[in-house]
Amino acid sequence: MFAKITIDNLNLYYGSFHALKNVSMLINTNQVTAIIGPSGCGKSTLLRCINRMNEVITNVDVEGSIEIDGEDILAKGVDLRELRRKVGMVFQRPNPFPLSIFDNVAYGPWVHRIRNLKELQRRVEESLQAVGLWDALKDRLDTSALKLSSEQQQRICIARLVAARSEILLMDEPCSALDPIATAKVEELIYELKKEYTIVIVTHNMQQAARISDESGFMLLGELVEFGHTDQLFTTPQDQRTEEYITGRYG
Amino acid sequence: MLFLATLVIFTPIATVLFVLIQRGLPEIRWEFLTQMPRMGMRQGGIFPAIVGTFYLVIGTVAIAMPVGIATAIYLSEYAKETRLKRLIEIAIVNLAGVPSVVYGLFGMGLFVLFLHFGSSILSGALTLAMMSLPVIITSSREALSSVPYSFREASLALGATRWQTVKHAVLPHALPGILTGTVLTIARAAGETAPILFTVAAFYLPKLPHSIFDQCMALPYHLYVITTQVPNVRISLQYGTALVLVGLVLGINLIAVLIRAHIRSQKKW
Repeated sequence: MFAKITIDNLNLYYGSFHALKNVSMLINTNQVTAIIGPSGCGKSTLLRCINRMNEVITNVDVEGSIEIDGEDILAKGVDLRELRRKVGMVFQRPNPFPLSIFDNVAYGPWVHRIRNLKELQRRVEESLQAVGLWDALKDRLDTSALKLSSEQQQRICIARLVAARSEILLMDEPCSALDPIATAKVEELIYELKKEYTIVIVTHNMQQAARISDESGFMLLGELVEFGHTDQLFTTPQDQRTEEYITGRYG
Repeated sequence: MLFLATLVIFTPIATVLFVLIQRGLPEIRWEFLTQMPRMGMRQGGIFPAIVGTFYLVIGTVAIAMPVGIATAIYLSEYAKETRLKRLIEIAIVNLAGVPSVVYGLFGMGLFVLFLHFGSSILSGALTLAMMSLPVIITSSREALSSVPYSFREASLALGATRWQTVKHAVLPHALPGILTGTVLTIARAAGETAPILFTVAAFYLPKLPHSIFDQCMALPYHLYVITTQVPNVRISLQYGTALVLVGLVLGINLIAVLIRAHIRSQKKW
């Protein structure tokens, strides 16, 4: 077991707002790492540092370092396209493109200049198989992805990352738009996927974090209050604020 | 009350159309549409004016559409929120309110005189394009912003470049809306008189233009000429010309309506 992602003394400012305060954590390969905390605590912002999606919308100032496989991804001149291919993201609401199932899954490789149809077909099959949709959808790959259920759409979004050959999956409350049964199925999938991928999941659902993660971090007001093994964090929290949160005295 | 308001809008339009059709329709014959004007425009057809307006519309589309769409994409998808961007946006809004005769004079100064394009189809189309641009930009930006942000986010997060994102995840879904706005604007440009008055329109030129550096006749200006500048023109000839012009503009608008209906039927999200 070694650290896939090393976050060291990370500070982030939106203008004068100090959104992340001295966050340090090690995220291990082939594990699910959960980040919990109340709304606005900075957990999504932290997630979006790892694929540098914060920079897309607004001007942010980031200090500190994030290393993936020993490489500083905050450095100048980092190839953002390659970074985001390697570090894929699943969003809160399933966001497939209004294209066919095939085109959705093939989009990642396509924008990375893989244009060989055979190769694309191979990747689409392999990716849909990885997310458990191949048998259900193989005969209608040309129908619109928007005709699928929310759960299937979210699986398509994960398949997109598999096809792009992502190594790290960042999941920003991936089940919050799903019903309990669909949630359980996607959680199963996440459990399956961790054999191949390093997964970081942000959730405000503490039961979910307890169910699926190996390690958990609790964030509050931009600070990483506590980070450790999930069992430990939920049964014997070290910090009083963590205890208050998981016993339901916040939010 | 609301019905009355609707009636107030509807009545003039219906009356205008009714009068035009009643008085103009007898004049609409094949020869009227396909022949040169004769006898100082008192006889013959309006063929060169129809062709001239057709060329001007094509020229305006060819210039205004690419420039307008490119500007809209730049402002909506690339430009950062700076003071310069705000300034450009305010300028565009204000340009939409500039009277068309001012565009005409500006076009004459810039294209006809300064750039030596002379009074020509090129100068006229450029002037009409300038007049159309603010509206095309505004409606294109609306079409772009109606594409959900999540498409862009999904694309960028997969490592696509901004241009790939615009090309594959945004533009295809905004294109029908952009086309509708553009066509509606072009329809308005087809009926404008002031911008072409000093830049292209010929008073009486009973032959067809050979190149974009030729002058040509145009329907709106021809209508103005035969109603006010030439004495003793048959009333029905004037109404017939007006009917052709209105029919042309309504025809172009109809294209926009069809495009919009087509989008609605294909609306995917």
